[in-house]
Amino acid sequence: MTARPRAATADPPWLAGLLIGAALAVAGVVLVLPLAAVFTESLRRGWEVAWEAIIEPDAVSAMQLTLLVAAIAVPVNTLGGIAAAWAIARCDFPGRRLLVTLIELPFSVSPVISGLVYVLLFGAQGYFGPWLAAHDIQILFALPGLVLATIFVTFPFVARTLIPLMQEQGQAEEEAALTLGANTWQILWHVTLPKIRWALLAGILLCNARAMGEFGAVAVVSGHIRGQTNTMPLHVEILYNEYMFVGAFAVASLLALLGLITLGAKTALEILSRSRMGSHA
Amino acid sequence: MSVRITGLSRRFNGQAALDDVSLEIARGEFTALLGPSGSGKTTLLRVLAGLDFPDAGLVEIDGRDVGQVPARERRVGVVFQHYALFRHMSVAENVAFGLRVRPRATRPAAAEIDRRVRELLELVQIPELAGRFPDQCSGGQRQRIALARALAIEPLLLLLDEPFAALDAVVRKDVRRWVRGLHDRLGITTILVTHDQEEALELADRVAVLDRGRLAQFAPPATLLEAPATAFVAGFLGEASCIPARLSGGRLESPLPGLAAPPAWPDGALRLFLRPHEVAVEAGPGPGLVRMVHPSLGAGTRVVLELEGHVLEGVVPPGLPVPERGGPCGLRALAATAFHEDGSRARLA
Repeated sequence: MTARPRAATADPPWLAGLLIGAALAVAGVVLVLPLAAVFTESLRRGWEVAWEAIIEPDAVSAMQLTLLVAAIAVPVNTLGGIAAAWAIARCDFPGRRLLVTLIELPFSVSPVISGLVYVLLFGAQGYFGPWLAAHDIQILFALPGLVLATIFVTFPFVARTLIPLMQEQGQAEEEAALTLGANTWQILWHVTLPKIRWALLAGILLCNARAMGEFGAVAVVSGHIRGQTNTMPLHVEILYNEYMFVGAFAVASLLALLGLITLGAKTALEILSRSRMGSHA
Repeated sequence: MSVRITGLSRRFNGQAALDDVSLEIARGEFTALLGPSGSGKTTLLRVLAGLDFPDAGLVEIDGRDVGQVPARERRVGVVFQHYALFRHMSVAENVAFGLRVRPRATRPAAAEIDRRVRELLELVQIPELAGRFPDQCSGGQRQRIALARALAIEPLLLLLDEPFAALDAVVRKDVRRWVRGLHDRLGITTILVTHDQEEALELADRVAVLDRGRLAQFAPPATLLEAPATAFVAGFLGEASCIPARLSGGRLESPLPGLAAPPAWPDGALRLFLRPHEVAVEAGPGPGLVRMVHPSLGAGTRVVLELEGHVLEGVVPPGLPVPERGGPCGLRALAATAFHEDGSRARLA
């Protein structure tokens, strides 16, 4: 080996090797191994069996419900996240710090508790329960409950990715647009949104991944009615508890695949945005 | 268009950023707002643009009170300090922005917008950059893009916020002259905000000097240098050194020899402002201590010296021996501007 000049801040090779090795080992054991196990378990008895578990009517309905919940929760949280980030980064109002803290709330409390809050509010014994029952409105153990619980749990993703970016970018470009005669909507559409579009897409994808995978809050409000209020994560649990391991792992694989696709899309987006930025530099 | 500002005040958290400022700017005039940071010049510019609102006072543009006119309807073009170009738009799209966002009724046709953008880019001499993005342009080019973008709305008033600060020294002088030339051709009333006195004195027809939110003096550059209205203006402009002195019994007590007492002033504390060419320095024994010597072409050698704890700049006339750094020197005042503690001013010789 020829001696290569090392940067002054570089660690000694043995230490760097040790740290890299440790990081890879932990990632392998904690992240890759379980995922690989899920896929191999589902294929243990062949493609056909796994495929049948996936096209079974209850599984298909769980899939449809999961996608439907995400399709409602993600747009709602996108709009809410943009509004919250806008308010926090652009305006100075009393309660601004409180709002920042509140946005983190879903991250800091257990999802199960988020679910229980909805039970407390809308359940038969809850505050609005009698009124809802009198008007024949079903929230708990139905789609509205699942959507509400998912929105609550996944709210921070979009807002949290946007706030630091918008604070750092400042509003000089918005002020320039204003002096050039643009109205509020033109500024939002032509100036602000393009400035944050990559971060916004990344936030939406993370939000989507979590919305599809959410278990705790959804488990509390779902009621586990097969073919009606079971989302994919709940369906996996039911199959597993009934010792239908292949089915459980097959659906789990599909769910993991959806997550991986989302993550892949986010990574591709980051590479794309960096190369776009690079070409303009 | 003419601009009239009357009794303008603006406070931030109890601190006055603008304190009863009144100014009148003639149509087509090039005015500079000059002052150190925190003097309120940027606040005044933002109030004129409609990006900030005064607590008291009146702003009229061409005889119309714009207090209730929102920024987007004022037709005030602004070149921002860091240009604030739209990064995701091409240069041509940046320039076209002000035309494209107009309501349908007054918006020019697409072909007309293209033609206007081409014209503007030619006016600022960068037609070849139309398809580029701001990140691909140099600082000087970005400034021209920002200027073309501001001119696209056919502004009644053009505001330039420290537009040369981000340019390097060599480019800055050229761009400065070019901007003044453009102003003379287009005749748009222009207000330049700057902390750089050289820039203000070279470019502007008249300079408004701001001192902690108050207007210290509003006058042509030559007047500011020859007859500064306040001690602040005298100290801020023209590299003057400040020396304290006293009048007692009609006699001037100053560490500097060579000055006669101003006639008919009451006794009290004075401040003397001396430009480098008003202090003659000579090699040899004397009360001064030489701190720095920097030779220059033609006008003699500049010397920074210490006199009884005060730092002064003076000149050794050409042809005479130059004192050594760290050694003593003699000095004599040729002239000075004196301010009495009661505010009155006199030229001493």
